[in-house]
Amino acid sequence: MMALWEILISASFWAAAIRIASPLIFATLGELICERAGVLNLGIEGIMVMGAFTGWFAVYLGLPLWGGVAVAFASGMLFGLLHATLTVPFGLSQHVVGLGITLLATATAYFAYRLALPQVTSPPRIDPFQPLPVPILSDIPFFGPALFTQTALTYAAFGLALVVGLVLYRTPLGLAVRAVGENPAAAAAQGLSVTGLRMGAVIIGSGFMAVGGAFLTLSAFSSFFFDMVNGRGWICIALVVFGAWRPGKAVLGAVLFAAFDAGQVRLQQTELGAVLPYQLFLALPFILSIVALVIMSRRAEVPAALMVPYNKGER
Amino acid sequence: MPSPEVLRLDRITKRFGALVANDAISLSLAAGEVVALLGENGAGKTTLMNILFGQYVADEGMITAFGQPLPPGNPRAALAAGIGMVHQHFTLADHLSVLENIVLGTRPLLSLSLGLGAARDKIRALSQDFGLAVDPDARVGQLGVGQRQRVEILKALYRDARVLILDEPTAVLTPQEADALFATLRRMVARGLSVIFISHKLHEVMAIANRCVVLRHGKLVGTVETAGTNPADLAAMMVGAEVQRPAIAPGQPGPALLRLRAVRTPDAEGAAGLKAASLALHAGQITGIAGVSGNGQAALSDVVSGLLAPRAGQLEIAGTPAPQPWTPAAALACGIGRIPEDRHKAGTIADFTLAENTVLETRRMAPFSTRGFWMNWGAARAHAQAIIAKYDVRCPGPETPIRLLSGGNMQKLILGRVLEGAPRVVLANQPVRGLDIGAITYVHSQLIAARDRGAAVLLISEDLDEVLQLSDVLHVISEGRLSPPIPRGGASVAELGLMMAGEGVFDAA
Amino acid sequence: MRLEAIPNPSHLRRYGFPALAIAATVLVASVLSWVAGAEPFATLGLIVKGATGSRLAILETLNRATPLIFTGLAVAVAFRAKLWNIGAEAQLYAGAVMTVVIGTSAWGVVWLQLPLMALGAVAAGALVLLGPVLLKTRFGVDEVVTTLLFNFVMLLFVSWLVEGPLKDPMGMGWPKSTPIDRDLRLPRMVEGLRLHWGFGLALIAAVLVWLMQARTVLGYEIRAVGQNARAARFAGIPVNSVLVKTALLSGGLAALAGFSEVAGLKGHLTRDLSPGFGYTGIIVAMLALLHPLGVVVAALFVAGIFVGADSMSRAAGVPTYLADILLAVALLFMVLALGLSRYRVVWK
Repeated sequence: MMALWEILISASFWAAAIRIASPLIFATLGELICERAGVLNLGIEGIMVMGAFTGWFAVYLGLPLWGGVAVAFASGMLFGLLHATLTVPFGLSQHVVGLGITLLATATAYFAYRLALPQVTSPPRIDPFQPLPVPILSDIPFFGPALFTQTALTYAAFGLALVVGLVLYRTPLGLAVRAVGENPAAAAAQGLSVTGLRMGAVIIGSGFMAVGGAFLTLSAFSSFFFDMVNGRGWICIALVVFGAWRPGKAVLGAVLFAAFDAGQVRLQQTELGAVLPYQLFLALPFILSIVALVIMSRRAEVPAALMVPYNKGER
Repeated sequence: MPSPEVLRLDRITKRFGALVANDAISLSLAAGEVVALLGENGAGKTTLMNILFGQYVADEGMITAFGQPLPPGNPRAALAAGIGMVHQHFTLADHLSVLENIVLGTRPLLSLSLGLGAARDKIRALSQDFGLAVDPDARVGQLGVGQRQRVEILKALYRDARVLILDEPTAVLTPQEADALFATLRRMVARGLSVIFISHKLHEVMAIANRCVVLRHGKLVGTVETAGTNPADLAAMMVGAEVQRPAIAPGQPGPALLRLRAVRTPDAEGAAGLKAASLALHAGQITGIAGVSGNGQAALSDVVSGLLAPRAGQLEIAGTPAPQPWTPAAALACGIGRIPEDRHKAGTIADFTLAENTVLETRRMAPFSTRGFWMNWGAARAHAQAIIAKYDVRCPGPETPIRLLSGGNMQKLILGRVLEGAPRVVLANQPVRGLDIGAITYVHSQLIAARDRGAAVLLISEDLDEVLQLSDVLHVISEGRLSPPIPRGGASVAELGLMMAGEGVFDAA
Repeated sequence: MRLEAIPNPSHLRRYGFPALAIAATVLVASVLSWVAGAEPFATLGLIVKGATGSRLAILETLNRATPLIFTGLAVAVAFRAKLWNIGAEAQLYAGAVMTVVIGTSAWGVVWLQLPLMALGAVAAGALVLLGPVLLKTRFGVDEVVTTLLFNFVMLLFVSWLVEGPLKDPMGMGWPKSTPIDRDLRLPRMVEGLRLHWGFGLALIAAVLVWLMQARTVLGYEIRAVGQNARAARFAGIPVNSVLVKTALLSGGLAALAGFSEVAGLKGHLTRDLSPGFGYTGIIVAMLALLHPLGVVVAALFVAGIFVGADSMSRAAGVPTYLADILLAVALLFMVLALGLSRYRVVWK
């Protein structure tokens, strides 16, 4: 018990939690945007792999770090465009298309990686984003090292949550996106293009998913390797439900989740870790996600037109 | 001096496959005028208005609004030209507020503010001016049907619409709510707005419209001034011949085969549950349920068909308590035949063949299956073939997917499926909605035949005329409460209207 | 643009678009091998040759197709009922674990033990899918996410088993389970050919599933629930109970893939027993249009691509991931083709 308490009051633990939460925040916000517009994007896992690869590869080829982020974003948008084209105007099964996109994006990233670096044994490293202490704030005891000594990409993740929240709830664009996810016929009757809005949301959302993937290579691990995304995308889908499709709650969920993740790593090094198999700790995030889904399933207000294709002029 | 013309439709033609929904229809509308678009279900009224509003694209013809040609297939252009539409099925997002529904799409998408403050003020003013009371900050999902319609009208007025199209606006309203709507429309006309009023209810058209445009089978059959006509003439134009409502011999009531005693069910989203509803269905009788949509008909139908178990009260079948648990399978086992309200979504499976659809309910019985394990498709096909022949289902054969059938033929198959099981009780929920006259007559005659064979028939319909015509006894349903039984001819239409609005004698709660 | 349903699509439409999809997939593969610096047609030729060019290659393809037939059937059965079982991977491992547990316990009654291994595997796989389905029917939790997430939990569980309780003491420290007894291995179908009876079992399973879907009341009920759950419920079909039965069937079929891999091929359990057979089962099922007999054909095709790509990669130096891309593209094109064969695109 003492060990747990000591973990919880250490600034480095919370710093790690915030760091682990960052890629999840990007990808969860991306998924949230898609789902708010009525499209379930199961391509998330593969798009994160793609973003992790393209972002890293761009920097490896000499682009600046932010250039890598932009390249990742663009690659995500490309796969988002594919997903959106198949699911929105053609109205194909969002389940099957999403899984297909995940397979395609993952395989394409691995294929390209193998093609670019055929003979490497240890993955090459790049110079990742460095922690950027915020002046004054980073000097606050505990909170400074925990919250304000992060990389720029982490600050960007939290900033993005704020922007997505503002856009969704305070602008005509956000209202329109929410409307096409609730009742596309209502949006169409008010002169809005359901197809355009949904496609736009999926494309932009997929871009953010890819940035979430790029965080892993550009800020967390500084190299690309196989299976590095390792189910994070699926966890983000659970986080969207856990966050009741609201950006603020989704961020909270991501941080909470990341705290468990950071906690299990530290718990492994305590007496508890000596007794229990390490696999149990590794499985905790996934089990936790399932539990969260069950708890939230009855309470959340699902976008009414989620997974319902819209075809104008249907009779 | 005649008022200036605000809208002109010129020889609009629209085809859906082989069906000509609109055949070279022209009409014009002047400022401050109410034009009624009159016609039966399927006459092409809604299609025409969807073309005007840009939701369908006409194959031929053109539309002029305020002297400018209106680009086809673009709701945005129609809105910008000052045309507003209140659809029959409301186009509102339940999870959003009234305010959000109204301002949706009114500002450039990339502007940084929703301008909710100013919008709220404008909506308050419009509500005052036109008598459309509604709370701008309420969530639409919490509003009643009448209030939702007000939101729809406000949406159009908020965009400064000069022409308002109302598609069957009174179908969901009580007679009293309809009167309030008419008062609103008169205020609008007084300010120079124009209204197109789509309906098939003659007395409403006579009450509100200046002119009537009558459609039949997609063709324009005539335009008449309301002042110079009468309901009988309009009806004749609508259906093409003098309406002959056959007199129906009264049924011979027998014992009660199904009884509800003070049954309660929970409220569902947008529709009332049953509130201590009591009802007895007697053999050899058609019992009608009259009421405005959303007042508990769905709950009543669900209870009788086994989809919903009463939360309180008793359900009795032929004098004994209903089996537990009360499920659709239990209802079928009790000899209850069910014709569902939505034949496409609840009554049939679109991609299944006629044969597969025929045995949906009897799949576990001989001869359609052996020991409830192996299907016997030969028997299923033969049974489907028998129904096709006996009930005059027009189709290529029992192996056809049912989605290729017209609504009338689909309903005939359902009718055959239900009646061939010789049910003791027949539930018919909106059995003729959306059917043409031939099919309507056929379905009605079959229901009467079932009654004469001794079945207890429960007819739920939102069309008061249908209920009055067929029922030996009727109940009015309002907010989940059932009136005591009213024998044929026991109440005037006006009295029934008041009861549908929730006034009058109801079973004590 | 919008889509207009075609009530009665022509044969040209129904078969032309899927054919186009396959052609387009081949085109994508050619472009990719060209990008990889190889001769496109040579690459494709190498894949075909690697999958079918020799007796050894064909046997390898058949062996690789065996687990894919099982997982493909598992997915096809579930998807027919619109039950989105993405967890065939976990069910496969559950089956494999049970096979090893029963197969390594000393009984000495071989004729009873081998069938019990299969039955135990089926039960374990069925149980694994039962959880997500009960969460769906009781609490309305989307089964896509729960089955997906559970794949990771299962893999970690297997990882613990092969490092702990089931670890082979003679395994020189490698994380693998004790092998099952020699006598408990599935026999070869033809003496002298390296093809075990798992393949025969898969073919039998495909025929049985087909009979079940086409001829039994349960099969009819499963299709009804998948096509229109509301109408099925109205007609007195107990929708939740049909979903549970479907889940048991689907999970059991996927588990047989694990059984046949352990008892037929590997003899023991490792963390990498399945290179994603569960996920590939989705592709197999979709390419087969969810038809049980089509699953056999699709599984052979998919297995051939994997086997062929392995040998092509060694010869031409194009990364084996080409096979995964090819299959993902085939899947996406196939769903698109199916859509287009029933809908007409109307511009404006």
